[in-house]
Amino acid sequence: MSAVAEPARLAHRRRLPGGIGRWVGTGLGGVIVGAAVLVALLAPWIVPHDPFAQDLPKRLLPPFWMDGYDGIHVFGTDQLGRDYLSRLIYGARISMLIGVSTVVTSGLIGITLGVVGGYAGGRVDDAVLFAITTRLSIPVVLVALAVVGLFGSSLSLLALTLGLLLWDRFAVVARSTTMQVRQLDYVAAAWCAGCSRVHILLREVLPNIASHLAVVATLEMALAILLEAALSFLGLGVPPPLPSWGLMIAEAKGYMFFTPWVIMIPGVALFVLVFGINLLGDGLRDLLGARADP
Amino acid sequence: MTEALLEVDRLRVEFGDEVAAVRGASLTVARGEVHCLVGESGCGKSVLALAVMNLLARRGRRAAERLRFAGRDLLALPDRAMARLRGDRLAMIFQEPTTSLNPAYTVGSQMIEVLRRHRGAPRAVARDRAVELLGRVGITAPGMRLGQFPHQLSGGLRQRVMIAMALMCEPDLLIADEPTTALDVTVQAQILRLLAGLQRDLGLGILLITHDLGLVARVAHRVSVMYAGEIVESAPTAALFAAPRHPYTRGLLACVPVPGKVRRDQPLGAIPGVVPRLMPGFQGCAFRARCGHAAPECASAVPRRPAGATHDYLCRLPADWVRLEPAA
Amino acid sequence: MIRRAYGLDQPVIVQFGNWVAKAAVGDFGESYFFKQRVSELIGARLPITLTLGLVGLAIAAVVSIPLGVLAAVRESTAIDRAVQVVALIGQAMPSFWLGLILMIVFGIKLAWLPVSGTGTWQHYVMPGIVLAFSAIPALTRLTRSGMIQALASDYIRTARAKGLSSGSILIKHALRNAAIPVVAIATVQLGFMLGGSIVIETVFALHGVGFLAWESIGKNDFPVVQAVVLVLALIYVGLTLLADMINAVLDPRLRSA
Ligand SMILES: Nc1ncnc2c1ncn2[C@@H]1O[C@H](COP(=O)(O)OP(=O)(O)OP(=O)(O)O)[C@@H](O)[C@H]1O
Ligand SMILES: [Mg+2]
Repeated sequence: MSAVAEPARLAHRRRLPGGIGRWVGTGLGGVIVGAAVLVALLAPWIVPHDPFAQDLPKRLLPPFWMDGYDGIHVFGTDQLGRDYLSRLIYGARISMLIGVSTVVTSGLIGITLGVVGGYAGGRVDDAVLFAITTRLSIPVVLVALAVVGLFGSSLSLLALTLGLLLWDRFAVVARSTTMQVRQLDYVAAAWCAGCSRVHILLREVLPNIASHLAVVATLEMALAILLEAALSFLGLGVPPPLPSWGLMIAEAKGYMFFTPWVIMIPGVALFVLVFGINLLGDGLRDLLGARADP
Repeated sequence: MTEALLEVDRLRVEFGDEVAAVRGASLTVARGEVHCLVGESGCGKSVLALAVMNLLARRGRRAAERLRFAGRDLLALPDRAMARLRGDRLAMIFQEPTTSLNPAYTVGSQMIEVLRRHRGAPRAVARDRAVELLGRVGITAPGMRLGQFPHQLSGGLRQRVMIAMALMCEPDLLIADEPTTALDVTVQAQILRLLAGLQRDLGLGILLITHDLGLVARVAHRVSVMYAGEIVESAPTAALFAAPRHPYTRGLLACVPVPGKVRRDQPLGAIPGVVPRLMPGFQGCAFRARCGHAAPECASAVPRRPAGATHDYLCRLPADWVRLEPAA
Repeated sequence: MIRRAYGLDQPVIVQFGNWVAKAAVGDFGESYFFKQRVSELIGARLPITLTLGLVGLAIAAVVSIPLGVLAAVRESTAIDRAVQVVALIGQAMPSFWLGLILMIVFGIKLAWLPVSGTGTWQHYVMPGIVLAFSAIPALTRLTRSGMIQALASDYIRTARAKGLSSGSILIKHALRNAAIPVVAIATVQLGFMLGGSIVIETVFALHGVGFLAWESIGKNDFPVVQAVVLVLALIYVGLTLLADMINAVLDPRLRSA
């Protein structure tokens, strides 16, 4: 027998240790999001300069890695001489604000619709499905632009509009997971034991679908942040002089052929934040998904 | 018998570090022979067949002292050359007829591509061959069936199509992995008659995997009994049924109701216990936990003993133990 | 006077009711700004947006399908991880910013393509690439999971047992089945892409319906905005129906049922 046991021949091809790559990604996402949260919360105390103070003689100063860096404005200044780093930091505040408020609003709408539809079934569910389909057929960017165009741009209007538009994925996922959970024995048992419907939904159903909803929340947050930037870029989002990253890019657009860093800095910030949120969501999906498996 | 077509010597297959599915199994199929491989569910029959075909799942790894087909060393054969052999000289049909055909293509196109691949035959020639073979496996209106999709056929028809497809290039060896378990009893009988007939007419070697000992008695020239990844006994059919040596074989045969000898009070089937799942590195006889003749020495390496020129078994008991201790 | 001519003196709900009634027969009224029938305006601009959408979808398919197949074939290896990271990068890329970067690189630095405008086929290349980015992550993931499932199925084992070449196994047998959901989703995705093309059309000054809507919002030209929203919604609904039909064509099991 031992003659056959050539370990070399039976050796298995090394595979990437699945865990490690995952953990690195999830950790990186967590660090990025954590940093963004901190920066957003602490913005007024950590900015090196006033993000709104104009200094026209010091326009378009280059950032620290380029020739002509003045030693004061780390990321340079914009076309009105405002400190770019300070504006970037306040921009994180706006992005996170939009992201969180959108997730809260859309989550409330979507989860309520999805759970009710998935739990009640029948006519109610048909109505929920119809609402989801209708919502999906609405072009989000266009409608958000039109609303802002109609009522004038403001941060709170934008947050509300996005919240009212981006609930579809919450509803879809809440509905399908609720349907699965409803089949489980202990939910049926609670139902038989005469617990009220509201009690069952809040105590038995929601905790069981929460992990899926958490993943959706990261996706929606990333989407809302990207949309806010796009709308602000088109001039129909956050009003100036607020330093939204999208607006910063729009304002700097005229100079980008000569000083490309003016659009690179806010663009990279936007990309990194959204990438971090998505990494975190991806990691969450794997971790929670694995644990949710019976 | 005659020239050896397939020689498997001490084949081992492992999945990851946890599962040793085949643990040094050896068998030989001669040209034109029907060789039956029997054993309980999970003992590694399918894995052995897939290892021969080099079709193991990605995690599966094989090693053997010798793995030869028609004189060619399959272990040394590059993947490309092996692919050329499969479907041409060496064909296989699977346990699951319902899912083994591609749902997206017609029966005809799936049959035709075999001949086109291996013979480069023109479409029309390949089509004629497909019609001929569908007729041969007992499908009526073969021309019409060629244009149908798998989901339009019953399970029995699909398995016939699989058999016909395996025969497209007139292979030397057909490995049939429980070709009838998924089918109902009347269809089972038809398919088996069909295989036996093909073997006679075409001089086909068949490695037939089955649980069905009644079937074995009817069609096999030779039988190998598999237990927990090992061939525990191998013999010509008549010898095996007349004088089984391994306690496991005796247990299996005791489960078979022989007409006229069935005792009504005796429960049908079942040696107590189940096939153990073994880790790589397991020592001794795998059957000892279920065996009525187990002794302390069964925990160490077990010898392979001859019981005649073409009969051997894997057990500590001597060849004449059966006579010394006749079954009750 | 003007308010009366446009019916703006009537209650909003009546105005909306009138608009819906007319829109149902293809009459979206007249643009305040262009002084032209809205249906004509949209009719002239829609082909540009549809072209952009199809170009974007084609680029997305050309990138996503090979990537998804590669990731599936090399499942759980470094290559698979890399493909998934590419998908994540695509998902995080702000389209308007990517558009600007492409403009700087290919429009100015290399001067291979026109920076912006409408007219020749070159004007669709950069917007098409940017638009493709929005569909690449979803299509790549879908192709990957579909291929993983297909490659693990019994009929692939049969195809290997028949000795087919690995190309034939991968493309003819596995991808053909994995493609069924991918094509259906891609069709629906086209609807989302048309809706999202407003940002890209504006960045590149490509005069499709998205650009038209953006202009009209800026000018409070609401008959046009309403009409564009409705047309895009209808196109989306049409595409979901088309997706069902394509599914039925691709999947023989649905065809005969
Ligand atoms: N891809 C795989 N990964 C891990 N283990 C496997 C794999 N394929 C088979 N096995 C294990 O190998 C053992 C033998 O399986 P095999 O399919 O050969 O049994 P069998 O004798 O064909 O049984 P049956 O009569 O039910 O078909 C089983 O314990 C099975 O769990
Ligand atoms: Mg089997």
